[in-house]
Amino acid sequence: MKRVLAAVLSAAIAVSFAGCSSSPSSSGQSSSQTSGQTSGADVSSSQGTSGKGEKVYYLNFKPEVAEIYNEIAKTYQEETGVEVTVVTAASGAYEQTLKSEIAKAEPPTIFQINGPKGYVSWKDYCADLRDTDLYQHLTDKALAITDGQGGVYGIPYVVEGYGIIYNDAIMQKYFAMDGAKASSVEEINNFETLKAVVEDMTAKKGELGIEGVFASTSLKPGEDWRWHTHLANLPLYYEFQANSIDLTGDATNTIQFQNSEHFKNIFDLYLNNSTTDPKLLGSRQVADSMAEFALGQCAMVQNGNWAWSQISQVEGNTVKEEDIHFLPIYTGMEGEENQGLSIGTENFLAINKNVSEEQQKASEDFLFWLYSSDKGKDYIVNRLGFIAPFDTFGEGESPADPLAREVLDWMGREGVQTIPWNFTIFPSQTFKDDFGAALLQYAQGSKSWEDVASSVVSRWQEESAVG
Amino acid sequence: MDKTLKKYFPLFLLPALAAFLIAFFIPFLLGLYLSFTEFTTVSNAQWVGLRNYVRAFSSNRDFLNALWFTVRFTVVSVITVNVLAFALALALTRDIRGTNLFRTIFFMPNLIGGIVLGYIWQLIINGVLMNFGVDITFSAKYGFWGLVILMNWQMIGYMMIIYIAGIQNIPGELIEAAAIDGASPFQTLYHVTIPMVASSTTICTFLTLTNSFKLFDQNLALTAGAPGRESAMLALDIYNTFYGRMGYEGVGQAKAVIFFLMVAVIAFAQLFLTRSKEVER
Repeated sequence: MKRVLAAVLSAAIAVSFAGCSSSPSSSGQSSSQTSGQTSGADVSSSQGTSGKGEKVYYLNFKPEVAEIYNEIAKTYQEETGVEVTVVTAASGAYEQTLKSEIAKAEPPTIFQINGPKGYVSWKDYCADLRDTDLYQHLTDKALAITDGQGGVYGIPYVVEGYGIIYNDAIMQKYFAMDGAKASSVEEINNFETLKAVVEDMTAKKGELGIEGVFASTSLKPGEDWRWHTHLANLPLYYEFQANSIDLTGDATNTIQFQNSEHFKNIFDLYLNNSTTDPKLLGSRQVADSMAEFALGQCAMVQNGNWAWSQISQVEGNTVKEEDIHFLPIYTGMEGEENQGLSIGTENFLAINKNVSEEQQKASEDFLFWLYSSDKGKDYIVNRLGFIAPFDTFGEGESPADPLAREVLDWMGREGVQTIPWNFTIFPSQTFKDDFGAALLQYAQGSKSWEDVASSVVSRWQEESAVG
Repeated sequence: MDKTLKKYFPLFLLPALAAFLIAFFIPFLLGLYLSFTEFTTVSNAQWVGLRNYVRAFSSNRDFLNALWFTVRFTVVSVITVNVLAFALALALTRDIRGTNLFRTIFFMPNLIGGIVLGYIWQLIINGVLMNFGVDITFSAKYGFWGLVILMNWQMIGYMMIIYIAGIQNIPGELIEAAAIDGASPFQTLYHVTIPMVASSTTICTFLTLTNSFKLFDQNLALTAGAPGRESAMLALDIYNTFYGRMGYEGVGQAKAVIFFLMVAVIAFAQLFLTRSKEVER
């Protein structure tokens, strides 16, 4: 018995050590990196810096630019002596990270809410920002999150757009072929033409040297936001428009999903002309799709301007900067010839009102520095590639990356109907997850489209009721 | 000597007691309290009584589905892990060359974290299923057997070590006596070896049972519940409930308390049952 016990105990110790060492590395990779960096910065400028009261803690939402934020924190500390800690939540885990971080003794002083729904759940923590410099410089005050009584609780800090990104080199190759269904991208201004072109391209994919027209429709759980959120925004935007729904009221508690056929149109097109067999989509990630695009294996992929960093960083990237452009997502709605990209924001800065006055002030100062000083603006425009909605940014101070330029270009076009981001009022993450799961089952052929559409309607109502 | 020990024993107990209170008892009570409240973070809780417990079952069938999936998984993996681990232990207690090497190799999967294992096995299983034009998210069945394989791969080595210790602990005289009395190898196995390693069996079933029931990392990494939530086990369902919608943190907490009670009851029942079969020495 004793020997058994000894064996068990020693084995248990071995296992528990293994457990300890493995779990943080899997979840907090970026944050450990961050803390390493900031503690390094801490040492370099520790003499003569301010006391504990002025620390800024920024909980970053965007993992793709985590390293740039660390640099910004370092620069700011060198300039002002105020310590800025940046922690980045893992992709898709912002709410989880925020929930645990904000309950700590040193909570984030700056965090992000994702729209009106986010404000409702975090209103106990959001400070009123109406008197801050940053809000005063916001170009379009209507973009901010308010309580309807003059209080401002979330300031958008980046405007983003998404659509179908295409590789012009491949498109030109196609247009030059005999019997091409269109002769230039300008001719593709509705779903019918898009479908004709895409299906013809699929038929000629061997000659075009691609594996499929569209990159794989990533439907792995957690990687399916391009469909259940971004794509779903379009039919629902048209629905809200057609029924003149007040988006701030209770009328959004039910939907009819009356344009579900239009969602199906484009979704089927994605599935059937893809690089990947629809049955295998359940393990594809967004990064896979972007890599396929970057390697020239496909001509189109639905994503937003934030994807540029992902595309340009893929090793063996064959897409040239001047070949990358946006096409609006056409779904077959009437009058969509004038439709533009989907442009909006789901990133709103909020300041934690439960931290000390000094910390709140320090946070405001840090944000204002970032969006108004020359150094800060340089980071925003050239490193982060943000299209910042503040009047501190003059002419020519806009990002140089091709997709952000495209978004600006589409915003400025005459007579183009830009689609706002209405998905900020989608009822809950559970709704989106279930929608994504239903789409996967549809792609795999185990669920009919009628079931998907009706489950969207019923789940929307249920999730709105519990919220 | 005894007197001084008695005098100072509270002092010596203090560090362990403090650690126990801080790391286990207080969080446990806090968690219990939170299951009766509605909260976003632990510091802004509001009492709502039993509503969370009602909602855990009434809002949808996720919890019950997850429970049924977990029970099936636990039954299958407890049996397979223990049978295979015992077989390996038997094989590796004979005089085979390289026994120690084999023991080490079989034990090694245990040293890899669950998330990593989940992703590795997802690649392997998808690689195989790819030949049939599907992947692991296609059906909950694939997820189920994928989890069973993963669990076996991870746990067998660990259980094998425990069984080996048990088998080596059997007095040589007993085996010899059995051989002299003309017992066949199978009779020796059934009437000597298995009863004599009953204490190992108790520990092994306990560990596999509770580990299977509480499985989370592997489940999250391998299937994340796909398709839909059909392959989500209890721990993953609790996690999804907690983070999936606003205002459901308390419901997730209530499910966690129910989960704790279930694990405790099952573990005690199992310990009681297998303990009674152990041979006293």
